Amino acid sequence: MSLKKVHDEQPKEFKFSIGNLKKAEEILKRYPEKNKKSAVMPFLYLAQKQNDNWIPLSAMKYIANLLSMPYISVYEVATFYTMFNLAPVGKHFVQVCTTTPCLIRGANKIVELCKEKISLKENEVSKKGNCSWMEVECLGACVSAPMIQINENYYEDLDEKSAREIIDSILNDKPLKPGSYRGRKNTSPEKKQLVNGENHA
Amino acid sequence: MLKKENKIFTNLYNDLGWEIDNAIKRDDWKDTKNIITKGREWIINEVKTSELRGRGGAGFSTGLKWSFAPKKVGSRPHYLVINADESEPGTCKDRDILRFEPQKLIEGCLIAGYAVNANICYIYIRGEYFNEGERLQNAISQAYEKNFLGKNACGSGWDFDIHIHYGAGAYICGEETALLESIEGNKGQPRLKPPFPALVGLYGCPTIVNNVETIAVVPTILRRGGKWFASMGKPKNTGTKIFCISGNVNTPCNVEEEMGIPLKVLIEKYAGGVVGGWENLQAVIPGGSSMPLLSKKICDTITMDFDTLVQNKSGLGTAGIVVINKDQDIVACMARIARFYKHESCGQCTPCREGAGWMWRILDRVEKRKATFSDIDLLSDVTKQIEGHTICAFGEGSAWPVQGLLRHFRKEIESRCREEPLIKKKIDNPYLVDQHLLENKNA
Repeated sequence: MSLKKVHDEQPKEFKFSIGNLKKAEEILKRYPEKNKKSAVMPFLYLAQKQNDNWIPLSAMKYIANLLSMPYISVYEVATFYTMFNLAPVGKHFVQVCTTTPCLIRGANKIVELCKEKISLKENEVSKKGNCSWMEVECLGACVSAPMIQINENYYEDLDEKSAREIIDSILNDKPLKPGSYRGRKNTSPEKKQLVNGENHA
Repeated sequence: MLKKENKIFTNLYNDLGWEIDNAIKRDDWKDTKNIITKGREWIINEVKTSELRGRGGAGFSTGLKWSFAPKKVGSRPHYLVINADESEPGTCKDRDILRFEPQKLIEGCLIAGYAVNANICYIYIRGEYFNEGERLQNAISQAYEKNFLGKNACGSGWDFDIHIHYGAGAYICGEETALLESIEGNKGQPRLKPPFPALVGLYGCPTIVNNVETIAVVPTILRRGGKWFASMGKPKNTGTKIFCISGNVNTPCNVEEEMGIPLKVLIEKYAGGVVGGWENLQAVIPGGSSMPLLSKKICDTITMDFDTLVQNKSGLGTAGIVVINKDQDIVACMARIARFYKHESCGQCTPCREGAGWMWRILDRVEKRKATFSDIDLLSDVTKQIEGHTICAFGEGSAWPVQGLLRHFRKEIESRCREEPLIKKKIDNPYLVDQHLLENKNA
């Protein structure tokens, strides 16, 4: 269970855009009519996307109305799941995996880099205002460790140098390509043997 | 060793293209209609013959699970739910199936859906796998275009629809009943069993929940016969499995191999060996973080299958192998896993909610050399208090790795502990104050 704080400054009103209302209709079709509560998570995702990657309380109330469920149930869901941001995050949201498989390949060095380049504290928007970072639990790309996720994309097989380049690139608003940074094809075994794993982060 | 012609996931690294036309060239969707017309009983029996065991961690017989679904649809519809909420540290096999072999999964869904009388299937993908989910959605749309899904799917006379539901970063939603809660729009907290989902599951209807890999191998089993699948591996531990080898190895990778392959072969042949040589190996976590680790002595000879690993007080789990060499601090590694479980506990049962944090705090103390000898027994006691006293298997999952550490590395832990506690004097702390928060300040 994670501790999450609701942002201090909340917008008063929230409404789905016309495009999102159409999407919401499509989503509702997936679930049985009497169980439209199921759509709460997809709706929260829509709201998060519409509102610069975070969910204000007014959006929760709005969704509660749409799905005719109690506001507290929406609040419960939004605070339970870690991927719903309840406070603003950077336009480039860096998530560094630090669970054991990444840790033993040097994920803590990437954390240090984030502290140095983006902001000292987690979940704090950088000086320029376009980046923020946080440590997260396993992202499920363990054979490509260490790795980070920036918005929706995975950057894999990192070392200190490539991680630095990637973070520099997002600070300058020109993100590099996602994928493996050791030039290998997906998760296949590599031919070249690295002696003593010098290419770890 | 797995022969090339016996490989099921031929496109695990996307050498051949994931699109439906390429998949059809690899024999996906071949004879699907014939398979379905052979009937439910035949399908379930063939899966039983293959002795396929669930690939999600528990290793329960898949054919048996399907046979639990009511034979006839009553007043409530049946559902098929695919668990693609892959969050076990060390595991990343389902991601490759979603990305590169989506048609195997979709075809498997249709066949399994027919076998358990389900017309609707939900695939629950973890929220972080957004791109993988988009890929799967594309693959599903391609299957609809070819009429492999939808009304009269694949000409079989069975209507079948697949929907994707994204999770949002909760490890616990990989537990089947928590997953169902999550689809229903609640926070993901597991339900008490029984009733099992096969009778009362999603929306209170009969539901079969299966892992991605389990479902994705079903079409190939039915095409080539249950006996073919059962001929690979060991008795009761049949077939092939995708192993994810990560950690301190030279070339970490995913690879499909026969069940019962020696761990050493797997690491040396595919993963390029342990960093610093086999002698530099400290421990291996054989099946994702919730399985107890194995010491080097066991790793020398052990084979990777459900029963052998259980005999060695561990388990195959999801077959996510994490190799830890002697350059790493083993206590720090396990303390990080304990922190993972503290973070991911859903908070429903007290032993797990409180115990997971407790274990982490003790291990953290050990790592920083601040623990006393009595802490070790306390730690061991806490793990026993969690194990078996929770609604779901998360309790075991968080307690077992710590027990494994205590079993194999007790000396290492003892060497870091001290006789006397760090704070000797008695402090009058007010009642109900979290002691550990005060300790550091007073030390």
